[in-house]
Amino acid sequence: MFENVPEYISTAADGLWITVGATVAGIAIAAVLSFVFGLAMLSRLKTVRVIARIYVEIWRGTSEVVQLYWVMFALPILLGYRLVPLLVGILVLGLNFGAYGAEIVRGAVQSVPRAQYEGTIALSMTPAQRMRRVILPQALVEMVPPFNNLFIQLLKGSALLTIIGVSELTHQGKEVLIPRNVSEAATIWTVILLFYLLLAILITMGMRWLERRAAALVGRQPTKRDSVFARFGGGKDPLPAEQSKGGLADLRRKGGE
Amino acid sequence: MNDVWQWDYAFEVLPGIVGGGLWMTIKVTVLASILAYVIGLGLALLRRSDLRIVSMVAWAVIEFIRSTPLLVQLFFAFYVLPDIGLLFDPVTTGVVVFGLHYATYAAEVYRAGIEAVPRGQWEAATALSLPRSRTWTKVILPQAIPRVLPALGNYTISMLKETPLLLTIGVLDIVGVAAEEGSQAFRYVEPITIAGVLFLILSYSASLLTRWMERRVGIAR
Repeated sequence: MFENVPEYISTAADGLWITVGATVAGIAIAAVLSFVFGLAMLSRLKTVRVIARIYVEIWRGTSEVVQLYWVMFALPILLGYRLVPLLVGILVLGLNFGAYGAEIVRGAVQSVPRAQYEGTIALSMTPAQRMRRVILPQALVEMVPPFNNLFIQLLKGSALLTIIGVSELTHQGKEVLIPRNVSEAATIWTVILLFYLLLAILITMGMRWLERRAAALVGRQPTKRDSVFARFGGGKDPLPAEQSKGGLADLRRKGGE
Repeated sequence: MNDVWQWDYAFEVLPGIVGGGLWMTIKVTVLASILAYVIGLGLALLRRSDLRIVSMVAWAVIEFIRSTPLLVQLFFAFYVLPDIGLLFDPVTTGVVVFGLHYATYAAEVYRAGIEAVPRGQWEAATALSLPRSRTWTKVILPQAIPRVLPALGNYTISMLKETPLLLTIGVLDIVGVAAEEGSQAFRYVEPITIAGVLFLILSYSASLLTRWMERRVGIAR
């Protein structure tokens, strides 16, 4: 059952690089769009806010598969020329997750205490200075954990590029390995799932590093998390009652058992 | 024939997409949501188990499923389940995989909700020497669950937007039917745009519903 595993790994690895490339490029585009549209949603000009809102609602409200099909098959009819599938995939990943990211940026900027903003006015900073030197550095720390989740979602979303024929990791499994050895489907898909898990862990490690840097930049301690998996806190959580040593928890243990 | 948008063709494909595809999308979303919310609660409780081994296993399962793509899990189930003798039809396979995948998200949501119940509630239950099961069913969960409903609703919306993945195992939802129509006529603009608009309407109305729930929960608190 396991003698073919090295072959599966090497064949899957051919697609791994395309998955990595699409994910990294998608993250780059999504990050830029997140900041552009996230800040645009906070603009003083109503037109700018409306345009940003429309972008976010359209790309968040429709399905990623619809977007892939639309850019792949419908857009060429309107434009007159076709894009390479990989490019379509990267664009859709960037545009789709950029819309979610814009909400993260907006939320993080709004969560910076109002007094900080008032302080910048008191120091008569220009609007650009306020953002760059005071608001954004603090917002950045808040943004990193939700962006970590978003980028893992994007990694998982890159599997959908299979549908438009990009030969990434999932495609290698479905179109190359499965037709050859359908009886070992469980092993093949496990190898591929583990590759994705590995990439997700790498993204989390990278974001942890970024969070520490961002926190150090504004002179804060990053929040402690015990493992690379624990995106929402993580580890085993003791029952609240058990946390109070010598209190009611002990009473309950003695009395109840 | 070369017009960018043809209304005749759009109206020709619309009934198929709404009648066949929309129904499938809604059916899978509703069934898988129910499954996800039930299994998710189970996973959340297992994670809090006093037995370290149980909570560790639950944690590992949650993290593994959450970190890997739904599409690959769908393929896994589609190819592997028949090998171990479970012959589900594709729709059932889809509902089970979607349900399990989203159960791991739901587990995290429940966890946050349970942790948000004030410590005093636990201590009061202990002081009244309520047994463990009554503490959960009468004190903790009735306070935790209403608060997490909006967050669960948001996951139902993202599930809705992922139902098109089912076309890879031969279940045709909105996008599946639209792509089918498009490939028959070699015109994708109309069917795919209709599919996109339908998703916008569905997810926007669902998000209005969630916002309404959020307000209701806010008042109840």
